[in-house]
This record gives sequence, C-alpha cells and structure tokens, in this order.
Amino acid sequence: MFTVTVHHYLVVSAILFSLGTIGVLTRRNAIVVFMCIELMLNGVNLSFIALSHFLGNMDGQVFVFFVMTVAAAEAAVGLALMIAFFKHKESIDVEDFNLLKW
Amino acid sequence: MENLVQTAMQNVNFAAIMPSLVLSCCAMVLLLVNVFLPRGKSSLVSWLSVGALVITGFFCLGAWNDPRFGFAGHVALDNFATFFNFTFLIAAGLSILMSDGFLKREEFNVGEYYPLILFTTAGAMWMASGTDMMTIFLGLEVLSVSLYVLAGFLRNRVDSNEAGLKYFLLGAFSTGFLLYGIALIYGVTGTTNVADIGIYLSANPAELSNPLTVAGMLLLSTGFLFKIAVAPFHMWTPDVYQGAPTPITAFMSAGPKAAAFAAFMRILTLGLGGLQDEWTSLLWILAVLTMTIGNVIAIYQTNLKRMLAYSSIAHAGYALVGIVAANEIGMSGILFYMLAYTFMNLGAFAVLVLAGKKGEENLTLEGFAGFGYKKPLLAVAMTIFLFSLMGVPPMAGFVGKFYIFSGAIKAGYIWLAVIAMLNSAVSLYYYLRVMVYMYFKESGEDFGWVTMNVGAVVSIVLAIIGVLYLGILPEGIMEMAKSAIF
Repeated sequence: MFTVTVHHYLVVSAILFSLGTIGVLTRRNAIVVFMCIELMLNGVNLSFIALSHFLGNMDGQVFVFFVMTVAAAEAAVGLALMIAFFKHKESIDVEDFNLLKW
Repeated sequence: MENLVQTAMQNVNFAAIMPSLVLSCCAMVLLLVNVFLPRGKSSLVSWLSVGALVITGFFCLGAWNDPRFGFAGHVALDNFATFFNFTFLIAAGLSILMSDGFLKREEFNVGEYYPLILFTTAGAMWMASGTDMMTIFLGLEVLSVSLYVLAGFLRNRVDSNEAGLKYFLLGAFSTGFLLYGIALIYGVTGTTNVADIGIYLSANPAELSNPLTVAGMLLLSTGFLFKIAVAPFHMWTPDVYQGAPTPITAFMSAGPKAAAFAAFMRILTLGLGGLQDEWTSLLWILAVLTMTIGNVIAIYQTNLKRMLAYSSIAHAGYALVGIVAANEIGMSGILFYMLAYTFMNLGAFAVLVLAGKKGEENLTLEGFAGFGYKKPLLAVAMTIFLFSLMGVPPMAGFVGKFYIFSGAIKAGYIWLAVIAMLNSAVSLYYYLRVMVYMYFKESGEDFGWVTMNVGAVVSIVLAIIGVLYLGILPEGIMEMAKSAIF
C-alpha cells in the first residue's frame, strides 16, 4: 500500500515552485509571468502546510494565511500597474519594457 | 478560552511596536485628510507627514537603551532596531521634503504619495525590529507593495510605469525565493523565530550540514540580496531607479536598502550563525562582484540617475564587506555607513530634483555642463555629496568606508579590503567626471528652470549638515552604532 509522506508533498511543492520559476523566466506576457509567480508562492504554501502537519506545529499554517494575504495585495497593485502600462503601450508584453536600458 | 486570551494578552506589548504603530496610524489619518483636501493642495499633506515622522522620531528616541520585547518573541525594539529606525525616518523625511516641488513640476500633485512613503517607512521599521520570519516577511511586503506603487506613481509618464511594473514583477519573483527559503528552514528547525532557529541549530549541529538548511539559507539570502541590489540580483536597479520619481529613487536607495540589511544581519548572525563559514564565503564573492560591476558599469553611464543607481549598487557591495567581516567594527560600520549613505545619496538626489526639467530629459552629463557657473551654491552642494560618495575625508562617506574596511582587515580579509579600496579608486572617475562637466565645460543652458523650493533646500541643507557632522565628529554616532549591534 502506497502511503503519502511529507516527502511527497515536498517534492510536489518543489516541482510547482520550479515550474513557476521556469514560467517567469520564459513567458513573455506580464500577466502570465505574474500567474507563474503565484504558482511559486502556492508551491511554498504547500510545503508550509505539509511541514506544519509533519512537525505538529501551527506556525507554518499561520504563515500561509499571511502569504495568501500578501499575494492578494500584490495582485491588486500589480494589475493596476499593468493597466497603467497598457494605457501607454497597448501591450503588456515583457519585450515591450524596453524604454529603460543601458 | 479565557486562559487563552490571558496568555495572548500577556504577550502583547504595544511599547515594542510603538514607533511603527504611531507611523502607520498617522499615515492612515493623512490618507483621510487627503480625501477632504481640494485636488492639488497636497503641500499641506507633505508638511503633515514630516510632522508625523518627527513624532515617530520622539517615540524612537524613548526606546534607545530601553529595549522592549513583545508579541511572543515576534518583535524586539532594541538599540539595533532603533538605530535603523532613525535611518529610515531620515531617509523618508529628506525625500518627503524634496517631493513637494518635484510633484508640482511634474504636474502630478496627488497627496496619496506621502502616506505611501510613511507606510513604506513603517514596513522598514517592522523589518528592522522583527525577530520572527513572519514579522520580517510582513514588514518586507508592506515596504515592497508601497514601493511598487511609488515607483510607478507618475501614471502619465511611461518610464515611471515601466519602472513600477519591472520592480513589481522582479520583486514578487524574489519574494517567492525568500519564502521558499523560510519554508525550508522552518522544515528543518520547526520554528520561524530567528533566535529559536539559532538555538536549534547550535543544539543540533548535525542539521547544519543538512542540504535543506543550506538550500534554505541560500534561497533566503537571494530574497534579501535582491532588495539590497547585490550582483547578480541587481539587474532591476538601474531601470527602476531611472524610471521612478526622483525623490522615490532617493528614498529607495537608502531606506529599503538599510531595512533589508537590518533584517539580513539579524537573521544571519542570530539565526544562521552556525552557517557562518558558508555565508561568509558566499558574501565575499558577491561583495567583490557587486562592487566591481557597480563601479565599472557606472563609468559608462551618461544619465545621472542611472549613474547614481550603479553607484548605489557599488555602495551595497562596500556595506556587504562589513557583513563578511562579521566583527564588532564591521557590523557597526554597516549601521554607520547606512546612515552616512542616507545623507549623501539623498542630498545628491535632492540636487537632481532641483536641476531637472519636467520629464527630466536633462539629467545627463551634457545637461549639467556649466552648472557650476550658473548655479554655484547647488553645484557646491553637489560637489560635497559627490566627494562624500567617493570617500574623501572629511566627509561621512570616508569614515563609513574606513570603519567597514578596517573591520575587514581586523577579521583577516586583507584581499577583500584591498579590492574594495581599488574599487573606490575606480569610482573616483565617474564622480569626478560630473564635477568636470559642472565646472570645466561651456554651457548652452541658462538653467532658468531651477527655482529654489523650500522643501528641497531644507533637505539639501540637512543632508550637508549630516554629511559633515558624520565626517568630522563620527565618534559619538559610532559609539551608538557599537552599542546597537548584538
């Protein structure tokens, strides 16, 4: 009988985190990049919850609440910034962030 | 249930969070005040927010040599936090003073700007006084989210939008790494409290070689090194610094950087002291890389905001030398250096605020040609700040570098100190070049747009006083810095 241990959760969360990281580095649309960042944060949340259950300690679960709150605040600010940018450039492609460079 | 409430209340100690509490309350009140003010009348808010910072300063003063702890070990308002709190307050105060004229010139005089700076400062205070990963993380996010908005604040300027968006995407990205690092360290030690992590790791030395601990330390460092703008995580800095409103750039280069240093130092020394060999060798390499990249690329810049951005990367490298040294003089040197850097960098940016036209197209080396003849007083102020950034005695920058580098030599990192000094020599080139343009080039401009504005002039004068005071009489402040470290 296959039992799910904390290691499995950690592996899944590491995979989620890596997928998010790869997405941030390869995707070109700012909203998709932001979604990938959310994926990374949720990967971290999964490890927090798994570890919290494994350690029998509530700190990790409390941390997850804060991470979710912060992610919501970031989404609000980030989407507003994207709208402001879109008004000027009619695009939110990361390639179009090209005004500032050396 | 009643027992639970009692235990919870015993741990609450509002005295431990008083400065940041007062500051956040003032910021919220100012947001409300702003609603009832007619549009474009936000100068009042700017003076009120300076008042809020002064009030907060008095609360900080009360906490000096009177450490307070509270919230079940989540917050410690010790001397370390208080010293950094003053640095944040000075950075916020100087940048608010120069903001009023700037916002009027850019025709975007919106009062929400000032409460956002106050929230950023409150977040920085949480970071400096946080003794639990949770508090530090929340402080970091309060600081970052407000800064994302501030960097993109000039909604009608596309470079500001771009700066805000870049800062947001990369900042959120680095938050992910920071959190993953915290999660891994939590998994190993079973706690998020910085001091408990240190206690656990010294009681179980076997865990120090656990790959999860080392990976956690590396990921956590990534998050902080991003905020400090250390190479190779510095790529956002020049773009964001150039595009953001100039007073915000000035604030960003001093306040949040100092906050990240504060939290990073606390975590490294108290929490991960057992891994000192690992993080020392890591930061040794990064410090050299950061100084060199910052100084060498700064040579090629023609835009002054961008040049100061690379110079701020280089200065972050100098300050990292103090963490590598990890002894009393190196660590307290960082505290001193952050304060000195706040004065000199905000002063330099205040001059840029006054010298810029609307849209700031003219903040280039060419645009500064002949500035010394047309606006001699401002040029002298700029010269003082640039000399201080170079590290020429008797300016604050020299003393700061002197303490940090002598810390490195005492700890046996002779080569690191030599490389740092060579880098300071390289930096002479691009700082002196600004002066060459100011004093030795003919100018086609009459600089008629430079009008003195009370706030910016006050901030320049305060910055000059700070730079000279810290440069000529550093002992008193250095003694305070020494009593502030752990």
